[in-house]
Amino acid sequence: MQTDIKMNIVEKDEIATLHVGGYLDAHTASKFESKIQKLIQSGNYNIILNFAELEYISSAGLGVIMGNIEDIRNHDGDIKLTEMSDKIYRVFDLVGFPSLYEIYKTQEETESSFGSKS
Amino acid sequence: MSEVNKVSNKDFILKIPTQSTNLKIIRDFITDIARKAGFDETASCDIALAVDEACTNVIKHAYRGGDDKEITVKVRYDSDKIIISISDTGKGFKSELEDEAAVQKRLNNLQRGGLGIFLMKKAMDEVVFDKDSDLMNSVKMTKYLH
Repeated sequence: MQTDIKMNIVEKDEIATLHVGGYLDAHTASKFESKIQKLIQSGNYNIILNFAELEYISSAGLGVIMGNIEDIRNHDGDIKLTEMSDKIYRVFDLVGFPSLYEIYKTQEETESSFGSKS
Repeated sequence: MSEVNKVSNKDFILKIPTQSTNLKIIRDFITDIARKAGFDETASCDIALAVDEACTNVIKHAYRGGDDKEITVKVRYDSDKIIISISDTGKGFKSELEDEAAVQKRLNNLQRGGLGIFLMKKAMDEVVFDKDSDLMNSVKMTKYLH
């Protein structure tokens, strides 16, 4: 049975997109945290989390985003979220993330939003 | 390994080792029963999320990451509700620290922590923590078919 997380990074025009698929729960959150930490350590502060392939998220995954956002925003960057299913959006909505994080429908819109800031 | 006993038509028990790799098994078990009880897809996912959060608390806090113990998940449903009890013999949940105002404040300050129990309370209609005399901790969660 597949219980794991799948991630890959695409870097383009000073924006790093982390594509996250599979299951983001207490079992896999540490892998997700390591990936985000590596992005930050290599100077990527404009980060898009693309959740098109994400099947599930729990508070363990939300906690990783919350735990790194301050550092990133202190460097004039941001973590923006995109392409999540209604099921995933529901979890973000339950904890009030839509008022704290920018969430876009498409990858293209999310990339443009970074452009419009600078 | 996991053991599923069907006690009656609407009564289920899952006993499973406290390993985070088993969270998906627990979620699938709960989702299937919630659907069978008549909950729609959104409500079934909410119930599975609440149970995942409760079991994660057991794995991470109650047993301090040890994986040699068991979590017991009992599910019962009837025509208007589903009741899920999760029990363990660990150190118990810090439910008193997870009130909604405190978590909301942390969320607004972009700090992590306390989200699990906050989500359990958002996803379910009733969440009751209990610690009885034989050191068995339990949380009982109820959701009504609206």
